Amino acid sequence: MLSSVLLAGEIGYGVAALGAGVAALGAGVGIGRIGGSALESIARQPEAINDIRASMILAAALVEGAAFFAMVIGLLVVLIK
Amino acid sequence: MTNKINIFKRFLLVFALLFISYKGFAEEPETTPAAESAPVHQEGEHGVKPFNAGETIIEHVADNHQWHLFGHTSISLPVIAKTDKGFEVFSSSHFGHDGKEHYHGVNYIYALEEGSLVVIDELTDTVSEEATANLWDFSITKNAMAMFISMLLMIWIFVSVARAYTRNQGKAPRGLQSFIEPLILFIRDDVAKVSIGEKRYQQFLPFLLTVFFFIWINNLLGLVPFFPGGVNVTGSISIAMVLAGFVLLITFVVANKHYWRHVFAMPGVPVGVLVILTPIEILGVFLRPFVLMIRLFANITAGHIISLAFFSLIFIFGEMNVGLGFGVSILSLVFTIFMGALELLVAFLQAYVFTLLAAIYFGAAVDEGHEIHNHVDDHA
Amino acid sequence: MELVKPSIGLIFWMIVSFSIILFLLKKFAWAPILGMIKEREDSIELALASAEKAKQEMKMLQSNNERILSEAKTERELLLKDAREIREKMIAEAKGMATKEGERLLKSARENIQNEKMAAITELKNQVATLSIDIAEKILKSELSSDEKQKSLVNTLLKDVNLN
Repeated sequence: MLSSVLLAGEIGYGVAALGAGVAALGAGVGIGRIGGSALESIARQPEAINDIRASMILAAALVEGAAFFAMVIGLLVVLIK
Repeated sequence: MTNKINIFKRFLLVFALLFISYKGFAEEPETTPAAESAPVHQEGEHGVKPFNAGETIIEHVADNHQWHLFGHTSISLPVIAKTDKGFEVFSSSHFGHDGKEHYHGVNYIYALEEGSLVVIDELTDTVSEEATANLWDFSITKNAMAMFISMLLMIWIFVSVARAYTRNQGKAPRGLQSFIEPLILFIRDDVAKVSIGEKRYQQFLPFLLTVFFFIWINNLLGLVPFFPGGVNVTGSISIAMVLAGFVLLITFVVANKHYWRHVFAMPGVPVGVLVILTPIEILGVFLRPFVLMIRLFANITAGHIISLAFFSLIFIFGEMNVGLGFGVSILSLVFTIFMGALELLVAFLQAYVFTLLAAIYFGAAVDEGHEIHNHVDDHA
Repeated sequence: MELVKPSIGLIFWMIVSFSIILFLLKKFAWAPILGMIKEREDSIELALASAEKAKQEMKMLQSNNERILSEAKTERELLLKDAREIREKMIAEAKGMATKEGERLLKSARENIQNEKMAAITELKNQVATLSIDIAEKILKSELSSDEKQKSLVNTLLKDVNLN
């Protein structure tokens, strides 16, 4: 229903793209923070690099999941006619 | 470091120049963006259709009843339709090269509408909503075919590796065996043992290994641009859904009392909070595999879309000016190679993340509750 | 739209084929591979453990050897010492016996000699006595053969007698 409202005008595509952009922004900030913290932790404890790397990938994947959520919703808005 | 920045700057410069020249070349201001022209093009229109990037990309990424190889060559795949009048099997070549023709089957007249099988009403020559609602499309589509090929490949690889183990028993691994073994050990030691625990991990290992190699091999095959590869198998939502469904099913089967207690009535939480928490937890049980599905689907599809988008740039610019198209192709190639390298990493990473999260969910389901839980909300 | 809509056919084929491949790989690939890896790891562990054990044993054996060697050495020395003692004792004994025997022999020889000597002396005495008696008889016979002679003798004898 939301999509039909949006698609009433031509702005639907633009809004979808904007949404994807905002989601990417959020995910970028999140993953950047994760990477930064991981680097700090590795610098502090280089011997724990394997554990930190695994946790970092996991956390990044979780953040990324949220971003993809937004992306899929954007796709839905574009594709559902 | 400065060197890299310099290269990056140069790239930006080239890009900027391209766009400036684009403005110069494109004298007609009515050049509409490709996506908007999609609904405009008509069937009867003769001559060269304008290139539609969005349509082309979706067509390559989405499932299809035909397997397009190159040019006008494609493999026709069997269509298996279950209607209210019974099963019907025929070749997809009956729909013609562009999939626009109708096929007069035994029970109904079939056609492809935006890639999906529909029933055409004999009298009105339009889509029959009623009959289409009763139509179940069990066709061996492009994705299904690619999936079968990848599975045969997996069986061949792993059975031969298993045979190699029995053949040089007690010796150091050789050839393919020595390539596969570290991965198996990685899944066993760094994924299963760590996430599930020393006691129960063996029970889940076959599933985790199968899922990992299935996703990884299909991801890699998806990156191969020619025949057996290039199909967006793991980036198909149906495939991802089944994989996540298996994870959910196994979680339900193995889940112990402790797990359900945590879902329905978290110990040590007051009743007032439970009213809010329990629905969230129940939702979380289903949300976790759902996100697993979305992550895999979106990651792999996004990779395919980006690679194709870089290639589409060539044709978009080529349509404006042939020379420009050639110019952009160099840039596109560089970016596609870069994306390809990134996708190689993503192919492994997504297989790893899917397996790791599945293992963590299994671990939570069989956890005996001796250790203190840190209730990290891993729903997203 | 088709991109994000799951299709029943693909889901069906995926469930069927994934179940089959899961079963097949579990039976024909994962079970033997994981089994073999486990076996190899176990055997490597066992080999390491046994190597360690062998090393320990070797060490023990070496120390044992050393002990035995030193024991043998001391025993040899003991034996040598014993032998030497025995030899010395034997020599001493032999020497003692020889001396004793010699002494005994000497003593008996001396006794014999004494005896013989005594016998000879006795014999000689007897002979001398007989001879003396014979001589005395003969002298007496000749001395006392005439009266004058008897009177002269008596006279001489009487002369010798000092009647104070």
